[in-house]
Parts: sequence; structure tokens; C-alpha cells
Amino acid sequence: MNYFPDEVIEHVFDFVTSQKDRNAVSLVCKSWYKIERLSRQSVFIGNCYAISPERVIGRFPGLKSLTLKGKPHFADFNLLPYDWGGWVYPWVEALAKSRVGLEELRLKRMVVSDDCLELLSRSFVNFKSLVLVSCEGFTTDGLAAIAANCRYLRELDLQEIEVDDNRGQWISCFPDSCTSLVSLNFSCLKGEINLTALERLVARSPNLKSLRLNRAVPLDTLQKLLMRAPQLVDLGIGSFVYDPSSEAYIKLKATLVKCKSIRSLSGFLEVVPCCLSAIHPVCQNLTSLNLSYAPGIHGNELIKLIRFCRKLERLWILDSIGDRGLGVVAFTCKELQELRVFPSGVDNAAVTEEGLVAISAGCPKLHSLLYFCQQMTNAALITVAKNNSNFTRFRLCILDREKPDPVTMQPLDEGFGAIVQSCKRLRRLSLSGLLTDQVFLYIGMYAEQLEMLSIAFAGNSDKGMLYVLNGCKKLRKLEIRDSPFGNTALLTDVGKYETMRSLWMSSCEVTLGGCQTLAKKMPRLNVEIINEDDQMEFSLDDRQKVGKMYLYRTLVGPRKDAPDFVWTL
Amino acid sequence: MELEITELRLGLPGRDGCDSGLNSSSNNNKNEKKRAFSDICDEANYETNGERKINPTKSQVVGWPPVCSYRRKNSFNEKDRVESSKMYVKVSMDGAPFLRKIDLGMHQGYPDLAMALEKLFGCFGLSEALKDADSSEFVPIYEDKDGDWMLAGDVPWEMFAETCKRLRIMKRSEAKGFGLHPRGAQRISE
Repeated sequence: MNYFPDEVIEHVFDFVTSQKDRNAVSLVCKSWYKIERLSRQSVFIGNCYAISPERVIGRFPGLKSLTLKGKPHFADFNLLPYDWGGWVYPWVEALAKSRVGLEELRLKRMVVSDDCLELLSRSFVNFKSLVLVSCEGFTTDGLAAIAANCRYLRELDLQEIEVDDNRGQWISCFPDSCTSLVSLNFSCLKGEINLTALERLVARSPNLKSLRLNRAVPLDTLQKLLMRAPQLVDLGIGSFVYDPSSEAYIKLKATLVKCKSIRSLSGFLEVVPCCLSAIHPVCQNLTSLNLSYAPGIHGNELIKLIRFCRKLERLWILDSIGDRGLGVVAFTCKELQELRVFPSGVDNAAVTEEGLVAISAGCPKLHSLLYFCQQMTNAALITVAKNNSNFTRFRLCILDREKPDPVTMQPLDEGFGAIVQSCKRLRRLSLSGLLTDQVFLYIGMYAEQLEMLSIAFAGNSDKGMLYVLNGCKKLRKLEIRDSPFGNTALLTDVGKYETMRSLWMSSCEVTLGGCQTLAKKMPRLNVEIINEDDQMEFSLDDRQKVGKMYLYRTLVGPRKDAPDFVWTL
Repeated sequence: MELEITELRLGLPGRDGCDSGLNSSSNNNKNEKKRAFSDICDEANYETNGERKINPTKSQVVGWPPVCSYRRKNSFNEKDRVESSKMYVKVSMDGAPFLRKIDLGMHQGYPDLAMALEKLFGCFGLSEALKDADSSEFVPIYEDKDGDWMLAGDVPWEMFAETCKRLRIMKRSEAKGFGLHPRGAQRISE
């Protein structure tokens, strides 16, 4: 069957980069399986409990880059108790023991200890890249170990992390010989930072392309850093507080004009709202702008800024921009592909269906949306669906739970139905507002490419969930909270769950008995019941409703690190 | 059936299809038992006149709106910042057979905490104890981040909430010789 020597096939496989494709390739025949596994360098594990580190290492000994995800998505919203799991130490330990030449580790929603970072930093000579998203469990001591020991570090990227800051000295731990940094993001760190050490680090990093600073970096340091690194492509500004008549500000303005490579801007964690004019020269080349952590910027300032951003492809912003501001975005940003509008929590700030309709009309390339709004109408959603059938990600969150269409008082079934019918490439959908089983009928019928669905406070009966499970053939992740789906929905097609990564159900109608039945029928699923903190007496009554259930397919059985409050049935 | 009237049910009164002004006919089949837990928390009245109105007094439910906790903590809205942090600590009381857990993030100050503890353990006099340690039968103490046992009530609430790892309601008779750090004493810095 193979007319070519293995080396040739391997060379061909080098051009097959996506994990999906490589997985497909490995299924063709034993020979291809072997060639593929020995040459695979980059491995993505969507659920760290689906497989053991030893088996991953055994199959892919040439592994250089590992991506791991731990906790389920709803952990982001405090729905998962603190020490549910997701510790990465066993993975790092296993990798360290093996002869894997790990160069890159990317973690999402995992618990990372200082010991783990220390072990990581000492075990892999060529370690180059550490990316931690929504992780926890470490302090700046761990970062100091990474800085000190990873001689060829290129990337240290911390996103949405709450670190117990000790001091800002970790930045001084980068040795003078470290000149390889390409990307440094510590914007989420709360504490002070050694500014002199930071300046020296940036000065000796000629390849630095991405730098995201935290709040503790003042304006004059920013100016000095930009002087040293005019080649920056991605900049995250920490503190932007100053007196507009000051010399520091004038110097910064001049320096920013020289930074012609900046394409991505974020931060402004502290800002004086009236002095953003310094940024305007940079705006004309920006493709990515994230002002979602900058509640200090008022709507009018935002609008002024946006008017300069004609090339924007990605925009993350707060709802203080208002419908009017979104109108300006629609008018100005014709290249826009991704838009996220977050709630600012300010009472008068709001976006509504108007803003969304304007965007859908004005931005033909938009395909990814996350939109927190005060209200939505069916008519608006139908218009959006007509204007734009490109959506791959459509996540709508109406802040008022179960709010109907305020004009017709109807549920939003028809609106979402129009979206799924029109957007044939939709892969991710989040629903909100008042919704009946009907919307799930539409989703089951039309959302053929749907991979991830988030449901909250929706539906009337088991039928709703069944429409989805039966209809969405490509469904991988389903997460449901506070919806009336029970045992019938859960148990009708148990085989479905082995085709999915995971299912989360909380505050629904499933009972302990139902979950037990499922667990018995499907030994290759871990069905975890997570007990609430204040459930002092969890009786073993089958009819008791389960507060939180998380199930996922796995090749390695129940996990041994589950805490007391997690029962694996 | 008439017995329905006596049936214990969780939910807002008048939700049985007698019109609260919200539901259209298509919603009358709604399962009334759903969202029982959130119903308890839910004091909302939907705006029914079609006016665009923001209802700022609607009760909070865990994890809603679905904004990740990192973002909440950086949010402009103080209320979001305070209420979103889950700060569960164990609470033990001398003489009680079981420990309990309490979320410090859900309380605004010492009096609030005292009330909650009193409810939890059915004991009284904690509020007095927090104000004036000498007068009550019980002494509320807590273990801080450094592992030291401290008398509750000395430091500002936020500082306490951040640093408290566990709580103990100790009988005054046990308090002698326990090794508490005295009120106002400076800790030796490293």
C-alpha cells in the first residue's frame, strides 16, 4: 500500500498541521498511524482527564508543544467549587521523567503551583513558551523560577489570571544572557514591578514583538520602553494616567508616532479619559483593539478613538460605547471580523438590539460575536440573520434573565431560529432571554456544524434537550444551567455522550438515580456529581435532584484526584 | 385538584398561568418547578410596557451574567467586584458537632457576618462579642494567611475578608492560654 519510503510520507505529513487532520491521517492504516505519531510535535488535549500523561507521551514521543484544558467552561462563572481539580503537576512530572523535549506548554483553566513551575523550568532545556489562560494556584515565585531557569524563553503570556503577588522582583530574575524574548504579557498581575529591571529586559530583547504591561507600569516607563522597542507589534498599556500638559505626555506622544508597527492595542487599566489623543496616530494601523478592561474611558472618548480605526478586525469593548458608538463602529470598521461587547456594570451604559443590527449591516466580514445587552427582539435577530450569514460564533447574553422580546412579549425562539437557519457554518452558540422548546427544535434542525452550545434558564421540557442531542451531529460540548431537562432527556441516547467531549448540567431536573443509570450504562464516561458547599446532608435518595453534574468521555476511568465533594458514579 | 393548594411549591405566587402580565399563551405550559432555586433569589418584575428600562434591583444569581471572575473583579461596578468573589471559609463552633462553611464575600461587614453565624449555629451574642470581646460567652477568632489565630473585629472588614482562612467560635472559657495575638499588637515583620 505504501509506495513511498516512510521518510517521504513523514515529509508530506509535515504539511499537515491541524490536529484534526493529523488525527484523521493516523486512522488510515497502521503504518500511517506509526509515522504520524512519531512525527507529531504539537498535541492538543481538550480535557486533561480524558487521557493520562503517560499515554500521551507513549504515543507521541516527539512531542514539543502541549496544550491542556482543565476545568469546564462554567467554572469561569463560579459554578465550580474551588478545588474541583485540573492540577497540571502530574503532567509536568510525567513529561519531566520522560525524554520529551518540551518546548511549549499552553494551559487553560488549570491549577498550576509554584512547585510545578519550578519543575517545568528545570526539566526542559529548550523550553520556550508558557501560556497560561484563566489558571490559578501560583505566585510570582513560580514566575521567578521560569524567568531564571528557562534560558531560551521566548514567550511568557499570562491571561485573566489572579496571581498572589509577592513582590515585583520576578522580572529581575531574567538573567542578562536572556535576549530571546518575543512575547511578554503580565497585564493581569496586580502588584508592583521592578521598573528598572523591566526596562533593561526590554532593552536586551531585540525580538520583542508583544508586550503587555500591568497597572503598576507608569507612563514615563511606558515611554522609555517604547523607545527601546519601536518594533513592537502588540502593546498592552498599563497605566495611562498623567497630566496632558506634562513633559511625560508630550514625550510619549512623540514616541508613539515612531511605533509604526503596532497592530494590536489593549490594556488602559488605569486611564484619564480625556487624554487619549496620544493614541490616535497608532489607530490607523490597528487590526486589534481591546478596551474591555478600561471602564475609565467614557463612551464619547471611545467613539473618537474608533473613528480612526479603519482597519480594525478585532474589537473588544465595554457596553459604555452604547448603540450610538456601535453605529460608529459599523460605519468605520468595514474589516471587522470579531466583536465582543462586555457589560461595564454602569447603570446608564447599555447596548440593545439597535447596536447589533447596525453592526450586522455595516460589517460584512463579521463572523464572531459576543454581545452582552439589555434587550433583544426577534425582529432584530431576523434582520441580523438576513444581513449576515457568516457567523461561526454567536454568543448573545441578555443581561435580564429570561427577558422576552420587549416589543411583542414573545420568546426569542424565532430570532435565534433565524440565526441558526441562516448561518450554516455556526460552530458556537450561546442563548439567553425567554426561550421555549421551540428554539431547540430549530437548533436541532438547522445547526449542523454546531460544536458548542450554552444554555441557561431556557426551555420547557425534556423535548428541548432531546432536539439538540438528536439533531446536532457535530456537538462536542453542551453546557446547561437552570433549565427543566431531566432524566428522560439525559438517558434517551446515552451513546451520544461518547461522541462529545463533555456535558454540564446544573440546577436542572436530573436526579441521582438518572445519573447512576447513565454511569452504569456507559463505563467510558466519568459522571461526576459535584456537591454544593452547603449541602450538609446529601441523602442517597435516587429521586434527589442533582445540583451539578459534569460528565465527560475518558479513556482512563475515574480520576484519582477528585476531592471529597465530587462523586464519580 | 384542590389538594394543589396545599402542595408545597417553590416559586413566585401567581405564576400558575394566572397572568402576571408577562406570559403569553405559549408559555402556559412552562414547567412551574423549574428554576426553583433561582426563584427564591429572584425578586424581579419584568417591565411589561415595552419601555427600555434597566432593572438594577434584580437579585443576583450565582454566575449571572456569565462574566468570568477575573473580568468581574476588574469591573467598574463595585457591587460586581465584591459579590463575585467566592470566599468560603470553614467555621467551627465549640460544642457543635459539625463544621459549617460560610462565604465571606456575601457579607458586607462584621454585623452581617455575626447575624449569619448566629443563624447558622443558633447561638447568640456574637454581635456583642465582635464589638466588645470581654462581654460575651463566645469569642470569634480566625486563622489568617500567616497561620496566626486572631481576634475577629479588629481590622477593617475588607482586610479581614481577604486574610481570613477559617473561623472559630470559641467558648470564652477555652480562650485563656490559646495563644491569641493581643488586640492592636504589631506583628514582627520579616
